[in-house]
Amino acid sequence: MVGIITYGTYIPRYRIKLEEIAKVWGDNAADIIGGLGVKEKSLPDMDEDSATIAVEAARNALLRRDIDRNAIGAIYVGSESHPYAVKPTAATVGAAIMATPVMTAADYEFACKAGTAAMQTCMGLVGSGMVKCGVAIGTDVAQGAPGDALEYTAAAGGCAMFIGDDNPIADINHTCSFTTDTPDFWRREGQAYPRHGGRFTGDPGYFKHVQGAARMMLEQMGTAPSDYDYAIFHQPNAKFPQRVAGMLGFTKEQIAPGLVVPRLGNTYSGASMIGLAATLDVAKPGDRIFVTSFGSGAGSDAFDITVTDRILDDAVFSRGAAPSVEELLADPIYVDYARYAKHKGKIMVQK
Amino acid sequence: MRDVAVIGVGCTDFGEWWDRSFRDLFVEAGVMAIEDANLAGEQIDAMYVGNMSAGRFIDQEHIGALIADYSGLATENIASTRVEAACASGGLAFREAVVAVASGMANIVVAGGVEKMTDVDTSLSTDALAGAADREWEGSVGATFPGLYAMIANDYMHRYPLTREQLAQVAVKNHYNGARNPIAQFQKEITLDTVMNSTMVADPLRLFDCSPITDGAAAVVVAPLETAKKFTDTPIRVLATAQASDTIALHDRRDISTLDATVAAGNRAFKMAGLERRDIDFVEVHDCFTIAEICAIEDLGFCKKGEAGRLTEEGYTALDGDLPVNTSGGLKACGHPVGATGIKQVCEAVLQLRGEAGGRQLDGAEIGMTQNVGGTGATVAVHIFGRT
Amino acid sequence: MSVPRFWRKIPQRYNLEGTHCEVCGRYFFPPRNLCPDCRRDGRIVGHTFEGVGTIVTYSVIRTASDQFSDLTPYVLAIVELKEGARMTAQVVVENPEEVFIGMPVKAVFRRLGTDGESGVISYGTKFVPA
Repeated sequence: MVGIITYGTYIPRYRIKLEEIAKVWGDNAADIIGGLGVKEKSLPDMDEDSATIAVEAARNALLRRDIDRNAIGAIYVGSESHPYAVKPTAATVGAAIMATPVMTAADYEFACKAGTAAMQTCMGLVGSGMVKCGVAIGTDVAQGAPGDALEYTAAAGGCAMFIGDDNPIADINHTCSFTTDTPDFWRREGQAYPRHGGRFTGDPGYFKHVQGAARMMLEQMGTAPSDYDYAIFHQPNAKFPQRVAGMLGFTKEQIAPGLVVPRLGNTYSGASMIGLAATLDVAKPGDRIFVTSFGSGAGSDAFDITVTDRILDDAVFSRGAAPSVEELLADPIYVDYARYAKHKGKIMVQK
Repeated sequence: MRDVAVIGVGCTDFGEWWDRSFRDLFVEAGVMAIEDANLAGEQIDAMYVGNMSAGRFIDQEHIGALIADYSGLATENIASTRVEAACASGGLAFREAVVAVASGMANIVVAGGVEKMTDVDTSLSTDALAGAADREWEGSVGATFPGLYAMIANDYMHRYPLTREQLAQVAVKNHYNGARNPIAQFQKEITLDTVMNSTMVADPLRLFDCSPITDGAAAVVVAPLETAKKFTDTPIRVLATAQASDTIALHDRRDISTLDATVAAGNRAFKMAGLERRDIDFVEVHDCFTIAEICAIEDLGFCKKGEAGRLTEEGYTALDGDLPVNTSGGLKACGHPVGATGIKQVCEAVLQLRGEAGGRQLDGAEIGMTQNVGGTGATVAVHIFGRT
Repeated sequence: MSVPRFWRKIPQRYNLEGTHCEVCGRYFFPPRNLCPDCRRDGRIVGHTFEGVGTIVTYSVIRTASDQFSDLTPYVLAIVELKEGARMTAQVVVENPEEVFIGMPVKAVFRRLGTDGESGVISYGTKFVPA
């Protein structure tokens, strides 16, 4: 069966506490933190961007399992913050993991779900026999305009899922998607920061699409939420995934390992995938995982995944060879807003 | 091979000269040297000009011809050649001139050096100077020149008993000497505190461990020793000329704290001159950074590795010490117009040996040495001079 | 650095692809096409370095050229790779005081520089404490 043959995550070490951002804009920190359920968020180092994060995530995946580079036939990188508007991040990743030149590559954009869309593409390519292994990456140094609500959560991080059918550590039983044309959040060409529809991003955006894809999955698989050990929902903040889990009938315990947003923030294209990675970090063989991503614009991709025995089989996979999400979240370096602004290129400098 | 002598020297004031151009500086130094040698322009057979980076500093290449032209020698159609070996450009230009005369291919040859560094901002000059190291594998990853020498200093201090104060004493001594040299960029004595409290540039090197950005030019005239007395009563004999190279990148060196090219060029020079270390009365070394002077003293064989700091602290290298080092003020206080430095060192050796070094004159100096380094030690020129 | 000049060395900069002399056993990074020990008798083959090593010496750069001025203060080091070759690279640490001679380090993928706001981005290898 087609599934995940290895995975890797990367999160920069820098964090800013939401109080620090609230102080700058004169907002009430307790209200913001309480409203979002997010305490702090990650940010990149001066020399990190979506490409370096993608490479580190992919290399971490390869530390867990040394995939034959000739078997890698496709790399898709989903991001809202590709370093170039024109020039593929995926080709840089290909070169950095020594998978070039016999491979196809492209960059994806579908707001926060471009990474899971890349997973689906790789599933199709592997399932059809076109490639032996496809690499799907969700990575972002997420953008949020200074003073905008997004600034409280827009974070940096990425995750790489290697999709193949050679002894997967997790089988992907099924995937389905729910897509409409809904302008809940967007960034026009040439603009530095995205804009959003405020409360319009909620019901017509996130909740409609996540529920749409999730219910479709349960129906198509003939399953109930209780059939799953874990569930991951896209996490732009901590409130939305908890609420949608409740609406669908999933418990707090099911979503707990994958709910990383309170200490990480929203890594946009990386968010659902890092949630899945955090769950795979603790999962046992036989565990069944329910994943639903969300990308504004708008759509959701749902996945039904079953962890296999290989996740503990040292002969093919070494989970401890790369840092877990929990390890990547540990030992953060906290910065103040001035330093954050410098790292994010928000300070106008003369060049 | 003929014996060669220096028959004239000239050096501009070193400094930050907003109102003087590259051409102004070179012509001034050249005319001084030719006047000093009592020459007429038509007697000159050839010129060698040391220059590191006119291309980056003033966007001008082809400076051999430019300098011959503005020196009024275009009508003589003399052979004029630019010599480039980063900060050792001047030393190598001098060596080319000596070789040309020694071989008999030329009789009267001018060796000059010039750099006009202040027409660009500090960032660009920092970048241009980084071209003296390995651009592909050092400069491209963020290595600056102070950074490379700082890595030498850290390696050295990790292995040998050199204190931060001893390192600072190099700068204090060189400023003391510079204050007695009218052409020096810095005319003020400084204290250990000045060095120790100056801005950190690249740990452990502070601003006062670093030679400055300088405009300046220097020129000397060389001739066969046998005819030198026709031009001057005090020809200074070139007892040895030596040059050596090493890996361009610091990371490829056999030993980070030893400039093997200095060791090799020094040994060759002593052998050529038939002299011992104890025969040398004074040395001008390439103190682009304080640590470089420490290494130079040791690598030329004047003491064992690890001893130069203590000797500096004890005054061994001071103006009144057993082996005065950098009586001119060195690159640190006299200034470091990169391409001119090697020639300025020759000028200083000649002035000392002639007894014309004014307030910094050494008593009875008979034999002097110069050591000029390119990059972090990829090229080294060593010369030995003696009174006739 | 110009586009072709950077592009040419992408395998070296991204993955530390160096060389190895099969005759004397020396490893070269940055790569050399001629072994300085064996010269024409040497036999040079490619070798991808593992990317782990120790700091031989270092400095903290506080004044840099424009391309690197955003990063100051940054640690510049000579790293001896496990295979024996030495290279110059940045070591990424929050506090330069953490760095010491002999510190074990490992390679990471970072931006080395950008050609202004609109030019190409050059990526390559830096190190972090291992």
